[in-house]
Amino acid sequence: MRSNEQNNNWLQRFHIDGPLFLGLLALAILSLVTVYSASGQDLAMTERQVIRIGLAFTAMLVIAQIPLGVVERFSLPLFAIGVVLLLGVLLFGESSKGAQRWLNLGVVTIQPSEIMKLAVPMAIAWFLAEHGIPPTKRRMAAAFLLLMVPTLMIAKQPDLGTSILIASSGVFVLFLSGISWRLITFFAAALGAFIPVLWFFLMHGYQRQRVLTFLDPERDPLGAGYQIIQSKIAIGSGGVEGKGWLQGTQSQLEFLPERHTDFIFSVFSEEFGLVGVIGLFLLYGFVIFRGMIISMRAQRVYQKLLAGSLTLTFFVYVLVNIGMVSGLLPVVGVPLPLISYGGTSMVTLLAGFGLLMAIATNKRLVMHD
Amino acid sequence: MKQKRVTIRDHHAESALFGRRVFVSLIIVVIAFGVLFTNMYHLQVVDHQSFQTRSNDNRIKVVPLAPNRGLIYDRRGRILAENRPVMSLEVTPEKVQNLDQTLSALQQLLEIDQETIDEFHESRRRERRFNQIILLDRLTEQQAARFAVRQHEFPGVSIEARLVRHYPYGEAITHALGYVAKINRNDLTKLRGEDKQANYAATRVIGKLGIERYYEELLHGTIGYQQVEVDIHGRNIRTLSVEPPIPGQDLHLELDVELQQYAFDLLGNDRGSIILMDPRDGAIRAMVSKPSYDPNWFAQGISFAQYQSLLNSHHSPLLNRSTQGGYPPASTVKPQLAVLGLEQGTITPTTQIWDPGWFQIDGVDHRYRDWLAWGHGWVNVTDAIVESCDTFYYDLALKLGIDTIHDDMIRYGFGARTGIDIAEESAAVMPSRGWKRARFNQPWYAGETVSIGIGQSYWTTTPIQLAVGTSVLVNKGERPVPRLLHAIQEGEVVLPAVVENREPVTLTNPRNWDVALRAMNLTVSSIKGTAHNSFRGAAYTSGGKTGTAQVRSIGQEEEYNAEEIDERYRDNAMYVGYAPAENPELVVVIAVENTIGGGGSVAAPMARKLLDFYFEQDQRYAQQ
Repeated sequence: MRSNEQNNNWLQRFHIDGPLFLGLLALAILSLVTVYSASGQDLAMTERQVIRIGLAFTAMLVIAQIPLGVVERFSLPLFAIGVVLLLGVLLFGESSKGAQRWLNLGVVTIQPSEIMKLAVPMAIAWFLAEHGIPPTKRRMAAAFLLLMVPTLMIAKQPDLGTSILIASSGVFVLFLSGISWRLITFFAAALGAFIPVLWFFLMHGYQRQRVLTFLDPERDPLGAGYQIIQSKIAIGSGGVEGKGWLQGTQSQLEFLPERHTDFIFSVFSEEFGLVGVIGLFLLYGFVIFRGMIISMRAQRVYQKLLAGSLTLTFFVYVLVNIGMVSGLLPVVGVPLPLISYGGTSMVTLLAGFGLLMAIATNKRLVMHD
Repeated sequence: MKQKRVTIRDHHAESALFGRRVFVSLIIVVIAFGVLFTNMYHLQVVDHQSFQTRSNDNRIKVVPLAPNRGLIYDRRGRILAENRPVMSLEVTPEKVQNLDQTLSALQQLLEIDQETIDEFHESRRRERRFNQIILLDRLTEQQAARFAVRQHEFPGVSIEARLVRHYPYGEAITHALGYVAKINRNDLTKLRGEDKQANYAATRVIGKLGIERYYEELLHGTIGYQQVEVDIHGRNIRTLSVEPPIPGQDLHLELDVELQQYAFDLLGNDRGSIILMDPRDGAIRAMVSKPSYDPNWFAQGISFAQYQSLLNSHHSPLLNRSTQGGYPPASTVKPQLAVLGLEQGTITPTTQIWDPGWFQIDGVDHRYRDWLAWGHGWVNVTDAIVESCDTFYYDLALKLGIDTIHDDMIRYGFGARTGIDIAEESAAVMPSRGWKRARFNQPWYAGETVSIGIGQSYWTTTPIQLAVGTSVLVNKGERPVPRLLHAIQEGEVVLPAVVENREPVTLTNPRNWDVALRAMNLTVSSIKGTAHNSFRGAAYTSGGKTGTAQVRSIGQEEEYNAEEIDERYRDNAMYVGYAPAENPELVVVIAVENTIGGGGSVAAPMARKLLDFYFEQDQRYAQQ
């Protein structure tokens, strides 16, 4: 017990949560293995992924060193900056593939919706934790409105995937803060009522198309339904043991679209089968479970809410991505967290885990005092 | 102090509340993973088989493999139709770095004209980038050599060989052998009708004429299949399995190409037909039709202009004169008529008539002229064959009547297809009252029967019919079916062709055959014989009958002068013969169109040369 403490001292000093770090590292390695295969054994792409993972882990470790007091105080200002930047995107943003997500600040081009993935749970957590939980109904209502601002702005870009993730991160804070079950029922009903509004006024044609295709992929097997059909073929043909690494015909012969980004789970399932899928689920489950432990152990309510929300949002990433590529959910642009090829989401996710690590190690320091 | 205590109490309550919510979340997470897992189990275990099948459907393409076409040999094993590799220069645009630069370099190296380059760009637009596109269809050996040396400078450009049907003897044998050409829409419809289109999935050409057409099914073979793995673009990744095609069967013909070539050259620039056939079993040794054309034009892809020139030629080169040419048989059928007269008792071997040089029907002014203007004098049936007396046969025909003649001549095969193993055959015309009524809606006139006696009027025969009709005589009744095929070879197994005979001609007095055959032998051997000059000094015995057919009727007082009349209205020279005179092994039929001179002066000398060549060759091979 004591030697264990000693051992942990070194990790404590650098604000690293050992189990979480190992879990994330394992996922990062799986990411490289799968991206190499999904990219058609493209070494250049795999190298870029290595660099991104390195950058993201660095970002995580740097953020883990930030004193939590600073984080807490910075919650609202960051949110405010985020909203301003989102406004900037809507007014002056740069388009790519029919969506306005990027903002050119002269020096760098940034994607403000990524900032909001952290800023929203931070701000809502700060707002609800300020006067203790459970918060008053007025505060909850205010928090809900606070949440709707960035959610709708991002949905307008349009980026349905990110707006769902951001909405969930806020909703999780509300849920964890002890919002009453009656209110939860009420919100669920309100959400139900909101769906027609979403469908007719907020969703773009291609988004509606995606939902229709989700409901019946065979409706348009060569068009919008093609992705889902090919993805299910990839997963299903993998069977229990999989076709083997680099042997997935659906991906290697390019029948599967977006195979190294949003549909990388299909590549993974095709090549590693149900056995690999169970392993991946256990790994994700472990990271989520560890995140919840950290949130339970956190000292301050703000930290509890933030840690819990970040963990559950990570879970939503997994749920939505796997759900959509396996045909359970409509296709919205959500990557498989820490596995999909791509830089932005990787950095944001690990920055979030940096916050979790800061929270995990902060508590211990306090206890030592 | 109080406030602090409240805060501490709240902190515990808050922790408990938060803990309960985390617990609920955890349950939701577990349930959600359970749902995801159940779905995965469904996809990867329960429905695995069906997804496996769909995955294979995606990636596995079945590529048909064309069988190699069977080869065709002559009776001495010389190849008549072969599959020759033709080299083409092919470019895969995907693998070429700078296409324009590569093309201009190739253009210089191989002296390619701009038109070819333009055609390449045209086909490039239709093909996918990773497909090979033909730049040069047929490389000369020089071009191939020049390219081979510098091939390393042209990545993505390669020489490909494919098999193209080739006929080494060219035009000499076209009408018998036929040719293959690209499968067209009509062929496809026909194949579909016979439910054979699957077997032709990889085949580019099909037999269109002659042997190539008649024995298409044997020559073609059976399609093979190759399973290949392809990517989404259809690009071949690797071959998974191969079921090789079964090549077509080889055919051995009865033709002797040496004889064929000799006969072809013998006709020179004349139009006409030559047939050499073994009367015993119908085996055709040579079958020539002139004018001819090179079958390789069709096998390699004939141009529209070339085809038009063949189609529009006045000399009808596309017509197979041996089996489709309707020639008046003229005097060549006198022996058969003689046999009929003897059988009917209309004449006896010693019956004589006086020939003044013409024949007249009682009570009619019209004179039917003999070819010998001053007449043959007293002639019997034998003299009438040897000297080819027309008057004797005018008289005989009139006495027999058209009905008797028609009914007997069809027993020799006249007026019907012989059943030779090529599809291009016509029945020609053995006229009768019924035929004339149906054809012209006119009654039969006695005068027409007179002309039938010398194989004229409406009577037409194909040279192959004459070969059969002559065979019946020398066989004394047996009527063979002419046949080009000798045997089918499949690997080491050789299957001989079926020898067929039609209903034989039977006589009440078989000695009547001998009268006709003796007369035909005398035609060659007697000094009075019309073929005597041609066969003087031959090393073998033979028999025969000359014939000269008028193509246009000549007016009563008109003089026929071959030099003066339009070439197309000149007489046809005919000859039928056989050798040796005892136990004949070869029947010869010669028809030469619009010649200056008749059967005796034009056709018989050709028959002499052919038979000389045949027996010399026979001896040569016997010695070897």
